[in-house]
Amino acid sequence: MTMILSVTKIGRAMGAAALVAGLAFAAPAFASEAGGPVVETQSWSFAGPFGRFDKAQLQRGYKVYKEVCSTCHSMNLVSFRNLADAGGPGFTMDQAKALAATIKVKDGPNDAGEMFERDGRPSDRFAAPFPNDEAARASFGGALPPDLSLIAKARAVHRGGASFLGDPFTLYAEAGPDYVYNLLTGYVEAPHGVTCDGALQYNQSFIGGTCIAMPPPLTDDIVTYDDGTKGTVQNYARDVAAFLMWTAEPKLEARKSTGLKVMMFLIVFAGLLYLTKRKVWSSVAH
Amino acid sequence: MATMDTAEPSRRDFLYIATGAVGAVGVASVAWPFIDQMNPDASALALASTEVDVSSVAPGQIITVKWRGKPVFIRNRTDDEMKKLAGMDVKALRDPQTDEARVKKGHEHMLIVVGVCTHLGCVPLGHAGEFDGWFCPCHGSVYDASGRIHAGPAPLNLPVPPYEFISDKVVKIG
Amino acid sequence: MSGHSTYTPSNGFTRWIDSRLPIIRLGYDSFVAYPTPRNLNYWWAFGAILSMMLAVQLITGIVLVMHYTPNTLMAFNSVEHIMRDVNWGWLMRYMHANGASMFFIAVYVHILRGLYYGSYKAPREILWILGVVIFLLMMATAFMGYVLPWGQMSFWGATVITNLFSAIPLVGDPIVTWLWGGFSVDNPTLNRFFSLHYLLPFVIVGVVVLHVWALHVVGQNNPTGVELKSEQDSVAFTPYATVKDAFGMVVFLIFFSWFLFYSPNYMGHPDNYIPANPMVTPAHIVPEWYFLPFYAILRSIPDKLGGVLAMFGAIAVLFVLPWLDTSKVKSATYRPLYKQFFWVLVICGLGLGYLGSQPAEGGYVVASRILTAWYFFHFLVILPVLGLVEKPRPLPESVTAAVLAKNAAH
Repeated sequence: MTMILSVTKIGRAMGAAALVAGLAFAAPAFASEAGGPVVETQSWSFAGPFGRFDKAQLQRGYKVYKEVCSTCHSMNLVSFRNLADAGGPGFTMDQAKALAATIKVKDGPNDAGEMFERDGRPSDRFAAPFPNDEAARASFGGALPPDLSLIAKARAVHRGGASFLGDPFTLYAEAGPDYVYNLLTGYVEAPHGVTCDGALQYNQSFIGGTCIAMPPPLTDDIVTYDDGTKGTVQNYARDVAAFLMWTAEPKLEARKSTGLKVMMFLIVFAGLLYLTKRKVWSSVAH
Repeated sequence: MATMDTAEPSRRDFLYIATGAVGAVGVASVAWPFIDQMNPDASALALASTEVDVSSVAPGQIITVKWRGKPVFIRNRTDDEMKKLAGMDVKALRDPQTDEARVKKGHEHMLIVVGVCTHLGCVPLGHAGEFDGWFCPCHGSVYDASGRIHAGPAPLNLPVPPYEFISDKVVKIG
Repeated sequence: MSGHSTYTPSNGFTRWIDSRLPIIRLGYDSFVAYPTPRNLNYWWAFGAILSMMLAVQLITGIVLVMHYTPNTLMAFNSVEHIMRDVNWGWLMRYMHANGASMFFIAVYVHILRGLYYGSYKAPREILWILGVVIFLLMMATAFMGYVLPWGQMSFWGATVITNLFSAIPLVGDPIVTWLWGGFSVDNPTLNRFFSLHYLLPFVIVGVVVLHVWALHVVGQNNPTGVELKSEQDSVAFTPYATVKDAFGMVVFLIFFSWFLFYSPNYMGHPDNYIPANPMVTPAHIVPEWYFLPFYAILRSIPDKLGGVLAMFGAIAVLFVLPWLDTSKVKSATYRPLYKQFFWVLVICGLGLGYLGSQPAEGGYVVASRILTAWYFFHFLVILPVLGLVEKPRPLPESVTAAVLAKNAAH
C-alpha cells in the first residue's frame, strides 16, 4: 500500500513538474497565423532519440552545397577532415584528402617572407567564396549571404501557438532543416497584391520578410547525383538541408547514442534507489 | 547503512550492495568525459603531421620547423661532420646509438631530430658546444652533430620523430 | 546542530583528528545524525537537487573555461571549437547550457515549495532571505554566462539588460558606460562578464553554506508546518533523507538528460547561433526563459524607471515576505484560502512568463499589466489581510500524530 501511495505521490510530482516545465518554457513564437512564413515539417532520418544521419543523403547534400550553395555562401566552421568524421557523411580519409586538394589555400609567409598558395589539406576549412563580408555584400548589392555552418540551428523557427508545449514530449528538434527545406522550395508565385522590389524574390517561407534577396538557387537537374537519385528541387532541398543539419550539429549521433546509454543507466539506477529507499523507510511510518 | 558484518548476506544487503555498485559505476563512467576533454582535440590531432620541403637545406645548414608545437631540427650534415661522427666510439656514449640508426637510408646526410633537450625541455643551440652539434643553454648539455648526448645533465639523445621521405625532396613528419 | 553532538570517534586516528579539527564531527552532525522530519515529501528533495546542479555547473564551467576564449573576435568560434573538436566538448557545453535551465527549474520549485508550506516564517526568516540572495546571484551569474558565447542574443541581451541601469536618474548613463567599459557592449564588457561569471558561482557556494548553516540551526520545516516536538517526530538524515534525496536527484537527472541528449537547444534561442553583430538587432529580443516573468513585469510599466523599479521590486518583495504574511499557520495544507491564492500566484507567474516571450503590443500588454498588478497585490495586500481573516483548519498535535492519522485514513 505504501508503494502505491508513493508511486502516486511521485506521479503527482512528475506531472506537476512536467506541467511547470511545459508552461514555463514559453519560447518566443513566430506567428504561423495567416501571412506568416510557411514551414511544413518534414520527416528526417536524424529525428527522434534513435535518429541517425543517412550517409548517402549527406554525401548528396555535400554535392549540392559544393556545386550550388558554396558559390555564394561560406562555411567557415567546417574542415575537409570533418567529412571523414564518425557520424558524418562517411567519406574515407583519402576521399576527404582528395576533396581538400581541389582547393588552393593561401599560406605563409615562407622563408622569403612571401605568402604563397598551396594545395588544400584535410585540416583546412572549406573555401569561402569571398575574402570578407564586405566583398560579398559588394557583389550582391548589399545583401550578405550568411555563413552556412550553423544555419540549421540559427534558423530553427519556432512554430506558432502552443506547439512549444508539445515539443519536449515529441522531441521535435528539426525546425532548422525544416526551415531550410521550406525556404529552398518556397519560391512560389507571389499572392495577389504582393510585389517585390528589384532583384528581390517572393518566398512564402522566408522569416526575414516577404521578399528574399537570394534568387531561387535550385532547378531540376542542376546537380547530377552519383547514386542515381532523381535530380529534383525537392530532393536537392531535402539533401542539402540534412547536410546543413550535420554541419550545424556534427556530434548529433554521438549525442543521441550517449543519451541512450545514460538514460538506460539512470532508469535502472533510479529503480534500485527506489527499492533501497523503500527498504530503508519500511520500518518508519511516514 | 548496509550491515556488511552479518554472516549471511540477506536480500536487503544484496539490494544495498547492488545499488551502491551501480552508483559507483555511474560515477566512474561520468568521470571519463571530464578527463578525456583535456586530451588533444580533433583539430590538434589533424595537425599532427607536417610536410617539409628539405631540398633547399644546404649542406651545413640547420632549419627549424614546427611539429606538434615543438621545434624539429632538420640538419644537412657536411661530409666533414659525417667523417667526425663516424670516428666516434659509440659504446662510450651515454645513450649508445649509431648515426645510421638515426637517419633514413639513402638520406644519411639529413638528420631530423626533435629540438627539445632531453633534460628539462629547453631548445638547444645549433652549431654550438664541444662537438659543434648542439649545446643547451639552460643546463649545459652537449650534443654532437647526430644529436647524441655527450656531456651535461641530459640522459638521452635528441629523439628522432617518426618521419618518412614521401619524395626525394619532401619529408612528412608525424 | 540544534542538539549537542552525538559523534564518537571510533579509533585513535579519528580521535586525534577530532581534537584538532572536528571536521568529521561537523559532517556527521550535519549529514548523518541531523534529525529530519519523518514526514517530508519529495518536494524537499529539491535542496539536494540544487546542490547537485550547483556542482554540475561548477565542474562543467571549469572545464569549458579550459577551452573558451573571452575575446569578441574569438569567443563565438571558441564555443564552436568546443562543440566540434574538443573531446566530449558538445557534452560539456550542452550540460552547462541546459544545466542552467535545470538549475532554475529546480530553484523555482524550491521557492514555490517554501511559499506553499510557509518555510519563510519564524524562525526561518534569515534562511529564506539567504535563499533570495542566492536566487539573485544565480540570475546575475546566468545573465553574464549567456553573454559569453557572443551570439546575437548574447550581445543584445547584454545591451538591453545593462541599459536598465540607465533608468537611474542623474547617474544612470555614467553607470552604464562604467559597466560597459566603453560606449557600447564590447570586448571590455565581455572580459569583465567572463571574470564575474567565473567568480559569482563561488560566492553562491559561500551563501549556500550560510543557507545550510541557517537551516541546520532552525531545522527543516515539514508539510504540516508544525515544529518538531519529540525525538519520534524525526529520523536520522542518513540513511533516511540521504536515500530519498538520492532517488529524487536521479529522477531529476532523467528529466535533465531528456533535454540534454535529445533536445539540447529547446531552451536556448536560435539567434544565438548567429555571431554577435552590433549593427543588427534580431527581430524578437527575449531573455532566457527563466527571466521571462520579470521581463514581462519590466515591460508592463510604460515608464523606463518605473519598469526597472517594478522588476527589481518583484524580487525585493520576497525579502520582506516573512513579515508580510501575518498568519501564524505555516503550511497551506491547513490554510484553505491561502492554498487557493498560492495556485493563483503560480498561474500568474506562468502567465507572466508566457507574456514575457510575446511581443509587447496590444492585448499582451494589458494582460501583463493585470498579472503584474496581481503579483504585487498577492504579496502586499492578500498575504497581510489573509492572516487576519482566514480561519485555518485545526493543526495536528505533532508531526507523528499527523503521520499516524494519515496512515490510519488509508
